[in-house]
Amino acid sequence: MRVIYIIWLRQIKRFIRSYSRMVASLAQPLLFLIALGYGFGSIYEQAGQGSYIQFLAPGIIAMTVIFTATFNGASLVFDKQFGFIKETLVAPVSRVSIMLGRALGGATVACFQGIVVFFLAMLFGFMPVDWSIAPLAIVFIFLLALLYSSLGTLIGTFLKDMEGFQLIVNFLIMPSFFLSSAMFSVKNFPPAIEWVARINPLTYGIDGMRGAFSTVVEFSYVFDILYLVAFVVILTFLGAWFFRKMQV
Amino acid sequence: MTNAIEIKNLTKKFKKFTAVDDISFNVKKGEIFAFLGPNGAGKTTTIKMITTLLKKSSGEILVNDKNPEKFKDEVRKSFGVVFQDTTLDIELTAYENMYFHAVLYNIPKKQRKEKIEKLLEFVELLDRRKDYVKKFSGGMKRRLEIARGMLHVPEILFLDEPTLGLDPQTRNKIWEFVKNLKEKNNVTVFLTSHYLEEAEAVADHVAIIDHGKIIFNGTPDEVKEKTQTDTLENAFLELTGKSIRDESSNTAHETMKKIINK
Repeated sequence: MRVIYIIWLRQIKRFIRSYSRMVASLAQPLLFLIALGYGFGSIYEQAGQGSYIQFLAPGIIAMTVIFTATFNGASLVFDKQFGFIKETLVAPVSRVSIMLGRALGGATVACFQGIVVFFLAMLFGFMPVDWSIAPLAIVFIFLLALLYSSLGTLIGTFLKDMEGFQLIVNFLIMPSFFLSSAMFSVKNFPPAIEWVARINPLTYGIDGMRGAFSTVVEFSYVFDILYLVAFVVILTFLGAWFFRKMQV
Repeated sequence: MTNAIEIKNLTKKFKKFTAVDDISFNVKKGEIFAFLGPNGAGKTTTIKMITTLLKKSSGEILVNDKNPEKFKDEVRKSFGVVFQDTTLDIELTAYENMYFHAVLYNIPKKQRKEKIEKLLEFVELLDRRKDYVKKFSGGMKRRLEIARGMLHVPEILFLDEPTLGLDPQTRNKIWEFVKNLKEKNNVTVFLTSHYLEEAEAVADHVAIIDHGKIIFNGTPDEVKEKTQTDTLENAFLELTGKSIRDESSNTAHETMKKIINK
């Protein structure tokens, strides 16, 4: 526990000290809220689909969370480049706790960012339907953050520099974002794509979050949580295994 | 048990390049062992293999009679290591870097502050403990790393080029510290250095490695006798030749270049 805690704490301290990074990472969701919220919103509403911002906001929160979390996880690459990774790797500590500490640290930061975007979205008219179940959204925000932060860390164990990270964003995170229910309803996809979206864990994170905000859930809260937790567990053990194999 | 480290027929191959080629040597408990060689000779690769950071290709390593690959955590507990390139987190303060280490090595909570401050005082960084490491000079970073490497009171301390790029005052201070470690705490010191007159002054035992092979193993006096030279530096040149070597390892300099080129 103490090892997980100190590795987590280091990530938090680094985050608090570099608030420019936080401001930068809020620019994109803000842009999405303005452009999509006003741009698509009017079309969506003219078509009689109700309020688009109500549908969009959870997607934008998820977007912020998964991008921040993946990046925080993959920032392991910087530790490799600046040598700090050696300090952790020569220490007599289990590789699972290194993996968990890093993943939790990245997840906490991403979770915080997600909540900030939630309040930003409220400025654009977003409003949870029932405040008594809205806090449930935090569970899904956190699980998504942990999942993508674990994924990022895992990827970070075998990346050599941040250039490789761009590749991961383009071929893994972007598809994961667009081929989910973040921006559109899964039902509107052709069957093959719908199938991809149904495997995609982001779909379940968003389903649960959207449910908590709108009280309408497509699958079920329990299934959404189990699906995400299963992914997190698999990624954690896979990540620990990669840490064990890591040579610097 | 008189040997802290035993190396038998150790080999490391990177694809076709053999960085360490069938080397064998022992490091006695409580001695200062100087592992010398030109750039790219295989010194750092050897240290990385002993300290569990790199997998060997073949051969045997024993640290306190234990195989580091089997008893990873026991072996990891028994040594401290100061790498050639910095391994500090520059976004944290000096104290925080030390504290991180103290927690990783399970130093009891009550002792952490006292131990950290004592060591920081020793390397004359106590008044800078709240400063971010990114504000530190090269010498200060090096001193901090040595203090950190000593925090969990290791039986063996690896020092890879501990005085590289430092001014004479700091170098002197570091060697004093190293000698003290041996005399007062009976720590085994495994060091590499380019400053041969300094190595000569502190080392009980010298091994010279070149092109991945050990070409001499004995006391500083023996090497001078063998090569009919008056200083270790001349003996070194006699044994390894005078042509300049290229460093093949990933140095801090190269890492910085990569980052800047982006």
